[in-house]
Amino acid sequence: MAEPVLSLKSISKSFGALKASDDVSLTLHTGEIHALIGPNGAGKSTLMGLVSGKLTPDSGSVWLDGTDVTGLSVARRARRGLGRSFQVSSLIPDYSALRNVMLALQACQGHSYRFLRPVNRDSALRDGARSILGRVGLGPRASVEAATLSHGERRLLEIAVALALAPRCFLLDEPMAGLGSEGTARLVGFLRELKREAPILLIEHDMDAVFQLADRISVLVYGRIIATGTAAEIRANPQVRAVYLGEDAT
Amino acid sequence: MDNLRKEWLLNALLAAALFMVPFWAWIASEPFIITLATRIAILAIAGVGLNIALGLGGMVSFGHALYLGIGGYVAGIAAHHAFHGTPILGLPGTNQMLPIWAIAMLFSGAIAAIVGALSLRTSGIFFIMITLAFAQMGFFFTLSWPAYGGEDGLPIFMRNQFPGLNTARPWELFLVAYGVLILTLGVFATLRAARFGAALMAIRQNPDRAAAIGISPFGIKLVAFILSGMITGLAGAMMADLTRFVSPAMMAWTMSGELIVIIILGGVGRLFGPVAGAAILVGFEVFFGGLTEHWKLWLGLVLLAVVLFARGGLIGLIAGRAQNG
Repeated sequence: MAEPVLSLKSISKSFGALKASDDVSLTLHTGEIHALIGPNGAGKSTLMGLVSGKLTPDSGSVWLDGTDVTGLSVARRARRGLGRSFQVSSLIPDYSALRNVMLALQACQGHSYRFLRPVNRDSALRDGARSILGRVGLGPRASVEAATLSHGERRLLEIAVALALAPRCFLLDEPMAGLGSEGTARLVGFLRELKREAPILLIEHDMDAVFQLADRISVLVYGRIIATGTAAEIRANPQVRAVYLGEDAT
Repeated sequence: MDNLRKEWLLNALLAAALFMVPFWAWIASEPFIITLATRIAILAIAGVGLNIALGLGGMVSFGHALYLGIGGYVAGIAAHHAFHGTPILGLPGTNQMLPIWAIAMLFSGAIAAIVGALSLRTSGIFFIMITLAFAQMGFFFTLSWPAYGGEDGLPIFMRNQFPGLNTARPWELFLVAYGVLILTLGVFATLRAARFGAALMAIRQNPDRAAAIGISPFGIKLVAFILSGMITGLAGAMMADLTRFVSPAMMAWTMSGELIVIIILGGVGRLFGPVAGAAILVGFEVFFGGLTEHWKLWLGLVLLAVVLFARGGLIGLIAGRAQNG
């Protein structure tokens, strides 16, 4: 198999006596959606923090495109192609949707130490941002401030911002959170397209969406991955059924 | 009329008023009014400096008097040596504003780099306290520096000179201050509209998001803090020349507070916020200071009203919320 785009190599992280991540290894390959599921408190957010660089592991390493990025800051990892979305929408509230995406484009094109040329007249940034907003279906809402967008629109803008980074892989933290069934269905379709561009590490609560989308699923319980496999394998895994799908298993 | 147009109109009005009032005073031979307008212009320059850190970057520096003081002492010390014909570290003193400004900005920028590099590792109340602590260090250092007057301060016997103008004349000094104010406003507007400003304002609103898209908050904030200190330092050099006197009082924490008050009264992050704020502050000082020695009490009440009811300061009150496009 080709070298994974993103891989975690036996990562551990404890907060005091709590082992939030316990010897976690996983890989993300070109063209796939790898979903991470687990009950509340299983350590999904910790793992997200370890991948994005917000947290540093006690042991183990994070590899992106064959290089060890364990020691790099959040911003550095982002520049190397880690495009993430947040569980709770985290945008620049006073900026319009367009400017949120323009900022991401600006960040990914290079540094922000340019002091003279107005960004508003930077047609490369504007046009690029417009076309990305069009792709996620936010074109008509480009000039609305992020703070006044609806919840669903903010979720889409999160994706648009990640998209603008033209990342090597996406890190999507519960992108479906709070979306209605219609919104979820649309996003499922969109993510299916998106994975051709770059593989997606998906943390998601919506099991239907996960089983529809994911090429591989890893189940995290108490900071440990207890099983990894295709949707069918995970459904059939007795251990997973016991600890996670327990009540749904019939 | 949309908010953006309103703000531009208001800005133009403020710029025109700040020019026309002393112009009238010049015709009518009222040097006191001209000096007041010069003071407003110089305080506004200092405010523009702070507005980069506080308004755009959200860095509440409670120690910007430090840079004001550094600028002031550079002007004072250079003039002192020029006057006495003695060298400083082997170099001759100077009574020319342009090189003095350059040195003032260099020094305040260098100190801001050190202060920023250390204090930007913190945020919130800790940042406020650390910046205050550095300014207090400067204050007590100048207080115990007998070579340049110590607590008595250092007089500038002859005002420093600007090529082609006679700075001893109030009107010509005003023109210098006004010109520099317009220039610094131009710098502020350019920065704010450029990529740097976009990144800086984004970091103020959501540093985690900025980092997640690859913009390191620390570097951008540090550069903003240095630029901010440099502009305030420039204002300090001009302030020293206006009053022809520098003393540790320029670095006192009350001065840092006054600069913040200027920004809040005028409008945080707004281009002409410092101009409006400085005009209000000086206006209060003159009109209410003449009536009662407790004028700061009334200023405090106005500040309270602004914070409670008009968060955007005067500019925000008239022109509405800031537009980021």
